[in-house]
Amino acid sequence: MSTLAAIAVAGTAALATPRAGAETAGPNVAHFELKNGLEVVVIPDHRAPVVTHMIWYRVGSADEEAGKSGIAHFLEHLMFKGTKKNPSGLFSEKLAEIGGQENAFTSQDYTAYFQRVAREHLATVMEFEADRMTGLVLTDDKVLPERDVVLEERRSRTDSDPAAQLSEAAQAALFANHPYGRPIIGWEHEIRQLNREDALAFYRRYYAPNNAVLVVAGDVTEAEVRPLAEKAYGSIPMQPDVRRGARPLEPEPRAHRRVVLSDPRVKQPQLSRTYLVPSYRLAKPGEAEALDVLAHIVGGGSLSRLYRTLVVEKDMAVNAGAWYGGVDLDHSRFGIYATPKPGVSLESLEAAIDAVVARVAADGVTDAELDRAKTRLIADSVYAQDSQARLARMYGAGVVVGMSVEEIRAWPDQVRKVSADVVRDAASTWLELRRAVTGHLIAPPVKTEKPS
Amino acid sequence: MNRAIVCAAMTVALMSAAPTPSWSARIDRIVTPAGIEVWHVRDNTLPMVSMEFGFVGGAAQDPEAKPGVANLMASLLDEGAGDLDARAFQERLEERAIALSFSAQRDALRGSLKTLIEHREQAVELLRLALAQPRFDAEAVERVRAATLAGIRRRTTNPSDIAGDRWFARAFPNHPYGRPSRGTLDSVASITTDDLRVLHANTVARSNLKIATIGALDAADIAALVDRAFAGLPAKAKLTPVPEAVPQGAGERDIVDMDVPQTVITFGGAGLKRSDPDFIPAFVLNHILGGGSFSSRLYREVREKRGLAYSVYSYLAPLDRAGLFLGGVSTRNDRAAESLTIILEEIRRIAGAGPTAEELAKAKSYLIGSYPLRFDTSGKIAEQLLQIQLDDLGIDYIDRRNGLIEAVTADDVRRAAARFLADAKLLVTLVGRPNPAPSISVSAPGGRG
Repeated sequence: MSTLAAIAVAGTAALATPRAGAETAGPNVAHFELKNGLEVVVIPDHRAPVVTHMIWYRVGSADEEAGKSGIAHFLEHLMFKGTKKNPSGLFSEKLAEIGGQENAFTSQDYTAYFQRVAREHLATVMEFEADRMTGLVLTDDKVLPERDVVLEERRSRTDSDPAAQLSEAAQAALFANHPYGRPIIGWEHEIRQLNREDALAFYRRYYAPNNAVLVVAGDVTEAEVRPLAEKAYGSIPMQPDVRRGARPLEPEPRAHRRVVLSDPRVKQPQLSRTYLVPSYRLAKPGEAEALDVLAHIVGGGSLSRLYRTLVVEKDMAVNAGAWYGGVDLDHSRFGIYATPKPGVSLESLEAAIDAVVARVAADGVTDAELDRAKTRLIADSVYAQDSQARLARMYGAGVVVGMSVEEIRAWPDQVRKVSADVVRDAASTWLELRRAVTGHLIAPPVKTEKPS
Repeated sequence: MNRAIVCAAMTVALMSAAPTPSWSARIDRIVTPAGIEVWHVRDNTLPMVSMEFGFVGGAAQDPEAKPGVANLMASLLDEGAGDLDARAFQERLEERAIALSFSAQRDALRGSLKTLIEHREQAVELLRLALAQPRFDAEAVERVRAATLAGIRRRTTNPSDIAGDRWFARAFPNHPYGRPSRGTLDSVASITTDDLRVLHANTVARSNLKIATIGALDAADIAALVDRAFAGLPAKAKLTPVPEAVPQGAGERDIVDMDVPQTVITFGGAGLKRSDPDFIPAFVLNHILGGGSFSSRLYREVREKRGLAYSVYSYLAPLDRAGLFLGGVSTRNDRAAESLTIILEEIRRIAGAGPTAEELAKAKSYLIGSYPLRFDTSGKIAEQLLQIQLDDLGIDYIDRRNGLIEAVTADDVRRAAARFLADAKLLVTLVGRPNPAPSISVSAPGGRG
């Protein structure tokens, strides 16, 4: 539930950041490092003769310099334009021939490329991927049409959708100092100015083996992957200065902020709230797990506090829920959303939400709620193991934002340890209005006759 | 240059290198003591079991004046059943992390159950109740109705949703396929509990049921669970016959004005049904035209070369009573007409001359090589097994499928193209402010080449 909501709220080029954690994620998740600093994670899953091959770079939109928003994502597009050794289109053609699937995604903290192929083609895709770690060739006849593609992507995702525009504004308001306030895809006026030199500069600065994590999941073993990875990636020289710098962090927030988007196309008003909260990396031990549990109790499914109160008991809303991000390098977000019934004002809905939050912060949660939330979160981590692609994403995202493989593996155990007190403390500490941005999506008021 | 021959040779090599999934030999066709057929794969990797099932019928069974009944019914099956009201039912699911969901598609009511193996008995009991004794309590009906209406209101301002709904409405006047599966604001407001009960009684039965399962259970266990869930249902469904249909409006341009920076376009016309002997050649043809993600002609011409769109695609949508060829693109208003012209020209070109030998070889190679990727999770395996049953392709289809692709010749593709692309003028809906507006007289594809 929270993961789905996070996808919807992120609403950008990034695929959703998957949840950390899988109880016994494959029999043996291997983790090692090549001499040039490339980290490698191997997740065996022998049920189908296919593999998922992903390379994750420790660079995302939050690492862009001011004025160049969108360059991380634009470069992700341009990585498909060919290298000296494999000119434009050859990698994709090869994948098309062997029946492989490919794509890429950009988030605030990382940029990742993946292929899914029959297991015997792993070496082939590794060679191609390794080649484009340093061999990218860009010319304006490829770069300029692709910039138009990105502008179309922005129009599709954001500029045609009032809800996405509001979400973008809320994100900008939540982060006064940290670059998480910029949209991943970039601001339109800045995307228009991005060029070949910008992309190559970003590429040369950040794309290197010692700034990347290789994840291979599927019908392979560590013993098979290690020599293949050595052969394909091992000879790429490390770059001593590649690591990204620390981003400026948010000050302690003082004021509740509001963003309102009024558009005649809005036929269904919506309310959203996001709180500035710690990520797994920045949280105290157990605190992030408590936020995951809290999100489920407050807003996961039809038994949650928000749904029971707003939708069932007060009959004010048609849906309501909550989510917690968590898998971020710096700050993270806790979100609440609700859709009012016709005739219910967003102001009254907001007051009802505030009351739900205040109650959980003051009185905590029941044992039954705690048990149900843990059961669901832990079962989800078992269900997640059904998909090698999902496991690859979980481990990749976790490792690039600074979690260890052991931490990711142990996540269900940490969830089990969460106590009701810690959940209540998480609510009272972090769900404070001064830490939040509240968004209202509304239609403009109906024009009435001019009063005389 | 003799590249076609090289490619053909390569394809043969790939064939042997990309075997059909190793478990395909392990599909058990089980007939339960109650006489219900289920296709099962035993897989002990994870302590869970997944079930996918479908009742033929779906939104096409909605009363003519009330689209949205099947959708609302599907949304209400897990909102109270037997002695359990909505809250109690949801608590039973949540306490054991049982994932149960239903959805109404155009031609079938679909359901999905996922549970840890230790909770299978409780999971199946809840499934049984949901299917046999849904309560449709007033509280739940009104709550789910309100959520459905909110969703419909949201769709009324989404350019892609509008383009799709308008396309189907114009293509299928006076036919169930022309009515929105979710219903309209008016129709959903008017649905009664009786409507829900009648549709439930008529369409949830054993005669129109298909089931696929996968998990750490043997055939006897599965048979017992399936009987417990489904054996008590009525033997025979009472389905309203849905007439065969051919999409109308060929050659028309339907422009919906909306103040957005981008025009969303849906285009389409008659395609081939899944049971058509030329479906596989048509599928290969569409892959070359607009199906392959980064390699199709539409992707190359519209996105890669000209930067006109982020996404452009075409696909075959074989409904039970109509074959469809559909596609879409979203592109800035001042170049929407240009994008459409390019797309129609590409359709004209491939319908006339067919694909090159190299394109055909590569498409076959891709479709064969990527087939195992459809089976890499339990959920996907169960879905594939269910779809193969709904499409009536036979339990050996997974083993035969790559051979069917491999056997497609250039002549097959040209024959298929002639059947659904040549002279097939497309119906196009555009939502946005296309400027210039596309000419009404433009139609694709004209030539017989």
